[in-house]
Amino acid sequence: MAKQHISFSLNGEQIDALVEPRELLVHTLRETLNLTGTHIGCETSHCGVCTVDLNGVSVKSCTVLAMQAHEGEVTTVEGLANGELHAVQQAFIEEHGLQCGFCTPGMLMRAQRLLQENPDPSEEEIRWGMAGNLCRCTGYQNIIKAVQSAAKKLQQEA
Amino acid sequence: MIPSGFEYHRPSSVQDAIRLLNENEDAKILAGGHSLLPMMKLRFAEPAHLIDLNGLAELKGIRLDGDTLCIGAMTTENELIDSDLVKQHCPLLVDVAKLVADPQVRNRGTVGGDVAHGDPGNDHPAVMLALDAEFVIQGPDGERRQAANGFFLGTYWTGLEEGEVMTEIRIPPIPANGGYGYNKLKRKTGDYATAGSTVVLELDGASCKEIRIGLTNVAPMAIRAEAAEDLLRGQNIDEALIEQAAELVMQACDPAEDLRGDIQYKTHMAAEMTRRSIRDALARAGS
Ligand SMILES: Cc1cc2nc3c(=O)[nH]c(=O)nc-3n(C[C@H](O)[C@H](O)[C@H](O)COP(=O)(O)OP(=O)(O)OC[C@H]3O[C@@H](n4cnc5c(N)ncnc54)[C@H](O)[C@@H]3O)c2cc1C
Ligand code: FES
Ligand code: FES
Repeated sequence: MAKQHISFSLNGEQIDALVEPRELLVHTLRETLNLTGTHIGCETSHCGVCTVDLNGVSVKSCTVLAMQAHEGEVTTVEGLANGELHAVQQAFIEEHGLQCGFCTPGMLMRAQRLLQENPDPSEEEIRWGMAGNLCRCTGYQNIIKAVQSAAKKLQQEA
Repeated sequence: MIPSGFEYHRPSSVQDAIRLLNENEDAKILAGGHSLLPMMKLRFAEPAHLIDLNGLAELKGIRLDGDTLCIGAMTTENELIDSDLVKQHCPLLVDVAKLVADPQVRNRGTVGGDVAHGDPGNDHPAVMLALDAEFVIQGPDGERRQAANGFFLGTYWTGLEEGEVMTEIRIPPIPANGGYGYNKLKRKTGDYATAGSTVVLELDGASCKEIRIGLTNVAPMAIRAEAAEDLLRGQNIDEALIEQAAELVMQACDPAEDLRGDIQYKTHMAAEMTRRSIRDALARAGS
């Protein structure tokens, strides 16, 4: 199938790319645009490591076609830090919210979006809101703590 | 894992989508893509053309038509959860959507896709049976409506003809002296149902005037437990009757054994989910 032209905003910058219709967004990000922060885990829409923002909501980029990002807005983990680390990134370091780090890009992307949807979530709401992201190492406790800590920091700043 | 090659189409309207669907050999609708794309990766589906409905605003949105709740087929699970109209007029659907998959999947997966896919593991079909919903369907010959009852014909097999698009789901109100119960057993957050049961009923005094029971993932398609409904209709429902109804629910089940459990376990769980849903529905109707 002939490649097609798409154009979208990626971490605030306008991007053009040539993609095959069957190409998944995660592959375009990693292989064409060389942004390998977005990981591939299960490839079956279960683990959430491929989570990015598409048009202001969290999606699993292994289950969205690159064609569907056309004229849209994508944010990946590379777009989080703005000179200094984003509050969720800092909180994951301080609260030991990672061990091997493989799930972390997805966790960070989901956490920052969750805190925009619900700036002051209860523990229960964090667990429900992060349920699409799996971690094989941490047992989740410190991930929850990191999200709680980032929530506090973001609210103080607001 | 990537799907095999296909041509991608962005229709400009529902009419255009129907045209593309009918002009192209082996074309399929792409809604949220959270059932279709996984199947395409596994080569369980290999359409030559994908017609993406995501740009069509006319398929989005939730409105009231009289007292019927009308939900655009491309409405996502998270849009159902956030809708004030749905919270007010059919809170059952909010309960259901909250137990579908996870936040990311709920941002893409649509209620129309969940119904049209014909997967017995999907949650909305049995709920639509219990709600007595109606589907608005457009095809090359115009628009028609089909009741949920009779729509689910088998695994991945529904009343949708080739070349048709589901555009809207219409949900009649649950009467003031009515109630609902919804219980889904799952192994973990985000999983499909091991067994699920939805009950919608209406009381006349203490007697059950009308009742519909929809069952999830315990047969090749979503089904109604009609024998159990017939037993309860016209009766003052008590624990003894609930027990008899649970027996009839088990007789209606024909689940497939898989990692979620064997046939006996799933059958018993369908009965237990139904006991709970009947009790919940009675409690809501009485309050
Ligand atoms: C990890 C994971 C967990 C999940 N858990 C659950 C769960 O617990 N409960 C549950 O119910 N579902 C679950 N799902 C399925 C999910 O809800 C899907 O989104 C849903 O089944 C299909 O909706 P869709 O919009 O994604 O449709 P698509 O995948 O785009 O389409 C599905 C099928 O329906 C057809 N179709 C779609 N829309 C229309 C239309 N308007 N008219 C005609 N045909 C149409 C398509 O051609 C295709 O054949 C899960 C999915 C994943 C990936
Ligand atoms: S790689 Fe996308 S959800 Fe696992
Ligand atoms: S830190 Fe290893 S998978 Fe989460």
